[in-house]
Amino acid sequence: MNPQRRDVLKAGSGLGLLGLLAAAGLILPGAARADGPRRAFDAGTLAEALEALGAVRAANSRDIRITGPEVAENGAAVPLGISASLPGAERLAILVEKNLNPLVASFILPEGTEAHVQTRVRMAQTSDVIALVKAEGGFYMAAREIRVTIGGCSG
Amino acid sequence: MADPMKIRAVARDGVTEVRVQIAHDMENGQRRDDSGAIVPPWFITELTGTHAGRVVLQAQFGAAMSRNPYLAFRFRGGARGETVAVAWKDTRGETRTDAVPIT
Repeated sequence: MNPQRRDVLKAGSGLGLLGLLAAAGLILPGAARADGPRRAFDAGTLAEALEALGAVRAANSRDIRITGPEVAENGAAVPLGISASLPGAERLAILVEKNLNPLVASFILPEGTEAHVQTRVRMAQTSDVIALVKAEGGFYMAAREIRVTIGGCSG
Repeated sequence: MADPMKIRAVARDGVTEVRVQIAHDMENGQRRDDSGAIVPPWFITELTGTHAGRVVLQAQFGAAMSRNPYLAFRFRGGARGETVAVAWKDTRGETRTDAVPIT
């Protein structure tokens, strides 16, 4: 490796991590990137979001667990956990059916990264939360209803 | 520049668990301010986690991630002292990267 490149890689934060990683060829190619196409995020219904994700034929799976409150006290910050024991899990997405735009987050899981995330999301109203996983054999999904007393999208 | 992220990366039994607490208003574009005007959207759209320079997570967010987002994830591998970094970019093109050693 030329010394300049080594120094650049060592310099770290000044260049911005994504730029740094892209320059070093370490970011995944094509659409499978953090800065990939965002069409699915603009979908206004669950069906459209699944279609945009290529997941219309997702099969229900008991190997995907969604953890969260039964009733969310604060719809603006609903804690969710998604955990899947599906072999070859490479993508994971979180959708909230009744949100204006159901797709909330999408993750790419490189080799060695578990299908296991926890986060906090906004829910507009009581709704199914859907976890979608792309694994060996295709797409799988699970749903869990979370009740919301005070909607979390306009405040 | 945004406030630093709080990142904890702990390695145990061959798996490193990363927990990130990010400081960001995450305006979803539906909130109204005191004068009744809509506060325009401003939120993190992408996030990348790396371990020793190798990408271990790529995330895309919509507008429904909560203010001051929290994220936890796990990957196989990682040893004490090695670096875990998290980088994000938002709708204004602002970015932030923070890194911690695995404990």
